[in-house]
Amino acid sequence: MINIEIDGIKIQTENGATVIEAAHLAGIAIPHFCYHKKLSIAANCRMCLVQVEKAPKPLPACATPVAEGMKVFTHSEQAVKAQKGVMEFLLVNHPLDCPICDQGGECMLQDMSVGYGGGNSRYHEEKRVVLGKDLGPLVSAEEMSRCINCTRCVRFLQEVAGQMELGQAFRGEHAEVMSFVSGTINSELSGNVIDLCPVGALTSKPFRYKARSWELSRRRSVSAHDSLGSGLAVHTKNNRVLRVLPIENEAINECWLSDKDRFAYEGLNSSERLTKPMIKKDGQWQEVPWQVALEFAANGMRHLANGAGAEQIGALATANSTLEELYLLQKMMRGIGSDNVDFRLRQSDFSTDGKQQGAPWLGMSIADVGQADRLLIVGSFLRKDHPVLAARIRRAVRKGAQANIIHSADDDLLMPLANKAIVAPDAIVETLAQIAKAVAAKQTDGIAGSLSSGQRVVVLLGNFAQQHPQAAQIQALAQQIAAATNGKFGFLGEAANSVGGYLAQATPSAKGLNAASMLAAPRKAYLLLNVEAELDCANPQQAIAAMQAADLVIALSAYKHHATEYADVLLPIAPYLETSGTFVSCEGRVQSFKGAVKPQGEARPAWKVLRVLGNLLKVEGFEFDSSEAVRDEAIGGMDIAAKLNNASPATAQSAIPTPQSSGLQRVSDVPIYATDAVVRRSAPLQATADAALPQVWLHSDELKKLGVQAGETVNVSQGQGSVKLLAAADDKLPKGVVRVATGHAATAALGAMFGTISVERA
Amino acid sequence: MKNLINFFKSFLLLELLKGMTVTGKYFFARHITIEYPEEKTPQSFRFRGLHAQRRYPNGEERCIACKLCEAVCPAMAIKIEVAERADGSRRTTQYDIDLTKCIFCGFCEESCPVDAIVETRVYEYHGENRGDLYYTKEMLLANGANHEAQIALDRAADAKYR
Repeated sequence: MINIEIDGIKIQTENGATVIEAAHLAGIAIPHFCYHKKLSIAANCRMCLVQVEKAPKPLPACATPVAEGMKVFTHSEQAVKAQKGVMEFLLVNHPLDCPICDQGGECMLQDMSVGYGGGNSRYHEEKRVVLGKDLGPLVSAEEMSRCINCTRCVRFLQEVAGQMELGQAFRGEHAEVMSFVSGTINSELSGNVIDLCPVGALTSKPFRYKARSWELSRRRSVSAHDSLGSGLAVHTKNNRVLRVLPIENEAINECWLSDKDRFAYEGLNSSERLTKPMIKKDGQWQEVPWQVALEFAANGMRHLANGAGAEQIGALATANSTLEELYLLQKMMRGIGSDNVDFRLRQSDFSTDGKQQGAPWLGMSIADVGQADRLLIVGSFLRKDHPVLAARIRRAVRKGAQANIIHSADDDLLMPLANKAIVAPDAIVETLAQIAKAVAAKQTDGIAGSLSSGQRVVVLLGNFAQQHPQAAQIQALAQQIAAATNGKFGFLGEAANSVGGYLAQATPSAKGLNAASMLAAPRKAYLLLNVEAELDCANPQQAIAAMQAADLVIALSAYKHHATEYADVLLPIAPYLETSGTFVSCEGRVQSFKGAVKPQGEARPAWKVLRVLGNLLKVEGFEFDSSEAVRDEAIGGMDIAAKLNNASPATAQSAIPTPQSSGLQRVSDVPIYATDAVVRRSAPLQATADAALPQVWLHSDELKKLGVQAGETVNVSQGQGSVKLLAAADDKLPKGVVRVATGHAATAALGAMFGTISVERA
Repeated sequence: MKNLINFFKSFLLLELLKGMTVTGKYFFARHITIEYPEEKTPQSFRFRGLHAQRRYPNGEERCIACKLCEAVCPAMAIKIEVAERADGSRRTTQYDIDLTKCIFCGFCEESCPVDAIVETRVYEYHGENRGDLYYTKEMLLANGANHEAQIALDRAADAKYR
């Protein structure tokens, strides 16, 4: 520890800290623009100049390390003069357009100018003009003249997002920030540059001219779109969500937010919103009062339960549903005598059901992931599935951790990987088994060598591994590898409540059917909570067939979607941000939230709808009057930590299947902006490059074999369905593999996410 | 002794004469009463009367929807909605002043960075229904168009004190 003195206050600080860090710890404000605690030090704005005893000139506090006995003055005559001078220089070229600037009212430059600047401008010459840039549908860079060249955005994209998509070109007065890798910023974390920009140069495009910061009410919420449980500050006005900002939490999302979390709110105001209950009568959809729709649904279910038997009713929910919704859904289903309830719609291997000792979870805290020095990531489109967690891992790798990946696609993770094994989906188990063997044999090269040399090993299973048809074997092997390297093991988790669903008991017990078998053996009736059957299920073809064959489909949905083709009653429910509820994140953190805005139209929170349905079906114990009461019954007094357990019997690894030799296998990712109903309807997200129409990706050798050129239309068929898509070459894919996205309307006619698929010239 | 003085005072109607002197003084002095509405008092160029929205000489409306007037209004009488116009500029889609709430403090005028919202010298207006004094953007722009010459003169007169 080092003793220094700032403005006469004695401070003890760590060796290596900078003056600005020490000052902030002591609660002393030093004005700054380019300094950000999460980014590297640039010291180019010069706003943080302070006087240091015995130093002839003022020094930048952000780049000056503390030294024993150092005496710093932030308000001395010299410091104030320096700050005032810097402020005047910054304002020389800054346009006076605060009245039309979206940053107005929350602008660091405005605040600093009031606090540290002079009252009048002495500059009467012409100001420089920087032309606006088109950075894509999310970040607006229309007014680059406002830029003060602090390079926070440049450093963020390079250091945190991993790709230097913005840079500073030219010198001196001509210096400007521009994109040079591509025209637009395509990072999945790009929205953070809006928060980072201290002025109004980079602003939110969907929020452009919508409101002033002082008009907005701020509500806390939790993101529904990935398993991290990032904190959201939801800014609303006139019962409309106008923007979403991160809530800083070092243990979860630090101060970042993925674009998906940040811009998904635009989907709330989609024109596809279902705002009134609807019933299909004689093939025609009619808007009806709630009472009629609910009684229709309840009567239909009661009728079926009394006639064909309650086990003919199946309930499917997405993992984005709140804990309360999932709990009430399973309670209602079990109340009427059916055990068919599941929320793991994209999972295809359920062989650990009943043997799993607890809810599969991350196996450690999110912070632990960042502390790891050796990582093995199995089956994950990490960057797209978990953007913020990927940034944390990226930082660990920058600090010297080794990341290894086993996967079927070699997407650039924008971090150096120690080893990677890119194999076909059916070879993943074998690859893992070899690594397990190599670890046991103490091999010193390859993935095994990398893992064995670590102190804090982390083995993570991604969404792809969890959806894999041999997920149980992958789990057992990964667990074995983690145990052999004294590491931690866990699941990254697909959605906000991938853990919460287990705690809510929304999984079938021994006599019930899981999501896959409910669709494979069609039921007479389905209850869908938040589900778009053609997009959310592991096998869309099968799901749609099951829905169409069913006598009764009750869809609780926030949107009018394809359900109008197969459902019999549509009940409008409130999506996230409009409902109260609870998400249990991948690390087992229970986070409850309230609705930020009122539900649109006649939509109601799904827990209320399920409560009334339960009442109409005369299920016992359905007298809840708040979502908190539901939560307390579901997990109140529960020892959450004791319920989380990744351990499953190791028997699953008995027979390791040999990879098939002929035919093409499908590898499917859920594109980042196709993961759930709200995201699919967010117009700005759908305009990004990541939301482009899915293509058929093949190794160029495979394309040659098929006689197809990249860019040509091909016929992709799987099961009974086929679609026409453009072929594209990706030489990083293993041979014998076809990568076709799922969760997208363009590929909904295809079958399972894994398995054989055929491609031919159209 | 005191009684004697009082007796003479009342006897000689001295108090009455004193009062009549005051009356007589005003009787012959210059009249200050204004015969409204035939006559009107002179006004300052800073007079704060009916609001108006101004346009530039080329016809473009001045208001850029910065919302400072809405923020500063102590009576919360102003309501503004913003949208991007087709040409990309920031404009109001709604600009309402509820004159039944307005206290004519002039803060809106003072906060306006482009001299768009001004208070004119007009004070003779009325409404027969409550809603009549709810001025919309169109009404305010019409006010501006009607009084632009005077508004411009007043701004010019005030400019040197700003």
